[in-house]
Amino acid sequence: MKQFKGRVVTPGTVTAKAVVTTQGFNTLASLQSALQFGDKTAKCGDQNNADLYGKQLAGAALCLPQTIGSTTGGLVLYCACAMKRQPACMLFANHIDSLAAAGAVLADVWVDEVTMPVIDCLGDEFLNYVKDGMTITVQQDGTVCVEE
Amino acid sequence: MQLTQEQQQILDGMHGDTMAKVMKTLVMYGDAFEAEKLVPVTSKYNHLVTSFGLKMMTPVFDLMQQLIDAGVTSKQKFSVDPRPLDKNVPANFLQNLIFNKFMYSTQEFYEEQLNQLGLMEENAFTCACYMDQVGNKPQKGEVLSWAESSAVVYANSVLGARCNRNSGIVDIMGSIVGYVPYFGLLTDEGRKATWVVKIQTTKKPEAQLLGSAIGMKVMEDVPYIIGLDQWLGTELNESACTYLKDFGAATASNGAVGLYHVENLTPEAVEQGKALVVADAKEYIIDDAELERVKENYPVIWKDPDATPKLCFMGCPHMSLQQLKDWTDKVEAALKEYGNKKVVIPTVFTAAPKVLEEFKKTEYAARLKATGVITSYICPLMYMNNPLCKKMPVITSSNKLRTYTTARYYTDDEILVQITKGGK
Repeated sequence: MKQFKGRVVTPGTVTAKAVVTTQGFNTLASLQSALQFGDKTAKCGDQNNADLYGKQLAGAALCLPQTIGSTTGGLVLYCACAMKRQPACMLFANHIDSLAAAGAVLADVWVDEVTMPVIDCLGDEFLNYVKDGMTITVQQDGTVCVEE
Repeated sequence: MQLTQEQQQILDGMHGDTMAKVMKTLVMYGDAFEAEKLVPVTSKYNHLVTSFGLKMMTPVFDLMQQLIDAGVTSKQKFSVDPRPLDKNVPANFLQNLIFNKFMYSTQEFYEEQLNQLGLMEENAFTCACYMDQVGNKPQKGEVLSWAESSAVVYANSVLGARCNRNSGIVDIMGSIVGYVPYFGLLTDEGRKATWVVKIQTTKKPEAQLLGSAIGMKVMEDVPYIIGLDQWLGTELNESACTYLKDFGAATASNGAVGLYHVENLTPEAVEQGKALVVADAKEYIIDDAELERVKENYPVIWKDPDATPKLCFMGCPHMSLQQLKDWTDKVEAALKEYGNKKVVIPTVFTAAPKVLEEFKKTEYAARLKATGVITSYICPLMYMNNPLCKKMPVITSSNKLRTYTTARYYTDDEILVQITKGGK
């Protein structure tokens, strides 16, 4: 097991299996089809992301450097949370970007009964270490435990 | 974050629970970037990125309804991104079925919500809201709460306004409370350039290709561009502004640029020159070979890369009045050269409703119509989101459309040949 300490953007605790992208996560491209056509598992629809394409995002610990793409990204993430198809948590290696921050905050403030902890500034080492399928536990203070 | 007494009272619920949640959203958003304060939104109008009644956005419509029901609406009127549907744009029976029954079935309902929230006027639907004909053109130094990436980068860079790359929904919330968190591109420090880009091409670089190259290199950083003034001049005239509109949209979509400076041309670069550049700025040199390398590396994601194009979209972001006129001349001349009377690929030029209204008053409108080119106010991105449209071989000179859809990029000159002469 290895521990990483990040900064809490939106708080919460959760344990989930990791899905990892080393390239930017395009929120709109990844989630649009799943939200539009009723895929409750929220399989990633971004054909430009070889790390994630076709993988289930709902309920997963999404490990990423940052999000990219359309400035609708925040509201798409908010919609995923409101429709209960969101990742279990989002773990950023870098400082969170403005679009992901907006999505995380909108979900935290406006969606009841949904918690999606968001931690950023976990560092490159985190993203180099974590692999798909590893068990992730997020603690209230931003500590992220990764188990093989 | 330090709040004023008034801001704290809003957060504490003096103006109701819904208003308190709007304020809480902005405070938490600012906290994520260590913003120390909120500053007033000072532009006359706002601009929203969410123009589409997409069924998947039901939670957004529910949230908007909460705002309306609580009487928490925008203090500013606003324009909004383009409509997703236009009957003038070619679509077959099945595509229309998906558009109307599955995708944009809530468009009418959402437009009524926009009216209640403060839409400027019924046709204020465009991504290029800063066009003179549209009338949402911020002044230098004004603070905005916008989200549309191509409009944000234009407002920051060409107009000298101040706006972060906000997300949809945050845009209207900043406008509702009248404040946005002070960080990033709102600050003098955040507007400093961390890249110096030197243009060393032998001809005027294609706007959308140059923007793509710079966007992919600098991502969310601020570039200071040297050498572009030799091709654009030192005056922000219509020609230069049109170029920068298309260039900026490519920097924002191929990367995440929210502000660029062009030496001797854009307002802050004219005022401050190289003082805008930080001491340890990185350098990127762009020559003909580099632009060619960038273009050659675009993936072609058509099922059949050799397919004959079935549709051409021009105008993402929306075209200016001058662009419509210039393209009328170019299409006419090229058709004559190749011995054709009408374009050989269905072609759609998109522009703001108000720009199209002005265009229709000119003699160019009938001439363009005679070439077979269709004009529309549609958002090409929203059209291409239809799963059946994604499968079509669509061509464009928009690098934003290329980035977000399956549309294939060609330069303006290449597009002109394709639509007037034909070929693959």
